[in-house]
Amino acid sequence: MRVADIIIKAFETQGITTIFGYPGGANLPLYDALRLNTNVKHVLVRNEQAAAHAANGYARANKKIGACMATSGPGATNLITGIATAYMDSIPMIIITGQVKSDLIGKDVFQEADIVGATESFTKHNYLVKNPTEIPRVLAEAFYIATTGRPGPVLIDIPRDVLEARIPFSVLPNISIPGYNPTTEGHAGQIKRALQKLNAAKRPIIFAGGGVIAAKATKELQAFANAANIPVINTLMGLGSFPMDSPLFIGMVGYHGQDYAMEIISKADFVLIAGSRMSDRATLNFKALSPQADVVHIDIDPAEIGKIFNHQIPMVGDLKLILKKLVEKITPLETKDWLEEIAQIKPKLDPVIANDSKTVSPKIALRILSEKLDNDAILVADVGQNQIIAARNFPYNGNRMYLTSGGLGTMGYSLPAAIGATYGAPDKQVVSVVGDGGIQMLIAELGTLKQSGHKMMVMLFNNHRLGMVRELQDTQFNSNYYAVDWEFTPDFVKIAEAYGLPAVRVTSNAEVGKAIDAALAADGPYFIECMVDPEENCLT
Amino acid sequence: MVVQKRFISLLVENNAGVLSRIAGLFTRRGYNIESLTVGETENPRISRMTIVMTCDSATFEQIKKQLNKLIEVIKITELKNDNALMRELILIKLKANDNDRSKLIEISNIFRAKIIDVTMSTMTIELTGDEIKVSGFLEMMRPFGIVELIRTGFCGIERG
Repeated sequence: MRVADIIIKAFETQGITTIFGYPGGANLPLYDALRLNTNVKHVLVRNEQAAAHAANGYARANKKIGACMATSGPGATNLITGIATAYMDSIPMIIITGQVKSDLIGKDVFQEADIVGATESFTKHNYLVKNPTEIPRVLAEAFYIATTGRPGPVLIDIPRDVLEARIPFSVLPNISIPGYNPTTEGHAGQIKRALQKLNAAKRPIIFAGGGVIAAKATKELQAFANAANIPVINTLMGLGSFPMDSPLFIGMVGYHGQDYAMEIISKADFVLIAGSRMSDRATLNFKALSPQADVVHIDIDPAEIGKIFNHQIPMVGDLKLILKKLVEKITPLETKDWLEEIAQIKPKLDPVIANDSKTVSPKIALRILSEKLDNDAILVADVGQNQIIAARNFPYNGNRMYLTSGGLGTMGYSLPAAIGATYGAPDKQVVSVVGDGGIQMLIAELGTLKQSGHKMMVMLFNNHRLGMVRELQDTQFNSNYYAVDWEFTPDFVKIAEAYGLPAVRVTSNAEVGKAIDAALAADGPYFIECMVDPEENCLT
Repeated sequence: MVVQKRFISLLVENNAGVLSRIAGLFTRRGYNIESLTVGETENPRISRMTIVMTCDSATFEQIKKQLNKLIEVIKITELKNDNALMRELILIKLKANDNDRSKLIEISNIFRAKIIDVTMSTMTIELTGDEIKVSGFLEMMRPFGIVELIRTGFCGIERG
């Protein structure tokens, strides 16, 4: 069987029905294989970076694994930002890059780039396969590595002659990787120690990060928090792991979290960190926790425990399994006073500045959006003010998901990731929330969206500037602005229309609801541009 | 926290690129490698590395954990003076005129070093030993004038 066909067949058997990519000289055999295998759909993007983001959105929406591919050289290097984005957020992904013929490697031939070397530091693992007979093993290892332990992207670089080679093949082999054996079961002794500390706690908190979602442990987290009466605080990546309408939900921590959330967590005497790497952003440069608090840190990646904080009970393993064990052994804690104290500190909603009738408040727009969307809708935010406003003004209740580039902070993520999400979860409502900066990074993906015909809403907040950077210039450079105001912004509605999308411009809060209704009623993609008061910042 | 010299022995898969991954990890996370030796083991699919670094204990823990995350790293062992044997090979080319030649031979004999090349103006000596022996030897030889020095870095093996 031809190696290219084996690869596409392997995707099929792994349940990957859609692959995002861009063809070129070195990966053409894969496109011939895709042509022949009708069980795997290929989505042609406009820039390879978008293929990686789309695979990211696909993986997160369907809670499995995403796949993307590109040709050698510039195709591969264009993927890089998307691969690094997936790596920072621990998204399981397979990336296949074409490479120049194996006998030409190292000779600086046309479209040659060392993508394995380039992505060494932001793939979970990567391969350059020079021998066709290695392909079945490498594929089996790649799927296994990407999806087990702490998930992450795995890249396989394959020279064109290897893609065309023929080898005997029936199924992917069983594999054993001597140096890779992730711990999943939590250590029984540590679980006991943690429970002892927890039972003595007066002001316990669960600090829930993106690991809860990666481990598919949202149900277990809810069961544990409810059984123990412990309030839950989220990081940005953890949003959606705990229903915000629960009386136990506090808010979001971190640089752009709520001040009251930081106040509450600093008062906690026991913190259970569940699947968070305690990043600088989530912990306000590592200052969030009280030094007196007992800390239990659960993570599948042992290197995340003790990387930032040392004073803790480490628990390495799969959150889903560990939380199940904790639920079995927990007795409800007496936290009534603590919860009352929290209720007093916690206000209801962020303040909104008074808006005149000529602009839209993105905060109000998101609250209206929330009222109209299903309980399992997927909101894909970009990076910047839109990301923070969407984190703080859209309640993630039920099975709603919040997708964003939390770790790398990649502008341009939202539109292609949302397109990917529509393929990953075709029955769910998907909304891309994006600013006028982010959308311009990969605006041509409107073409990919149109081509998909998928029902999806783009909600663009246009303030004619790079609002978040400008906020930083406010606070860090005495409002001396530079390079943050566009001297020219295009007519986004016209652009959307040029891509064949129905589009509407909204200039007041009163019109937002109607536009959303129209988008929800459309049977394909729909584009809404909200003209935002440029002075409205994330927190004011 | 105590900053000190630490030694680890690393079993890795003998694949192309594995050295780059390990060296890259140290660079990228700001850890300093003092020396690194690598060679095949009795199993040609597995290599053993000995890495020497100076760091505090928390950094050392992180380094070990980060190395463990690399798929091709099979096993990490810390080598300590009381549980391991450490050796380094050095080649040293010294200025050696008629007056100094016999002194150099004498010192070399004491350290059980081997003279491997002699010219009218230089002498090249080979020495194998642990850290104390190598530094002691270098201290004795330095006054004669070192023309060139090459050290392999330490390689180590656990006792027993």
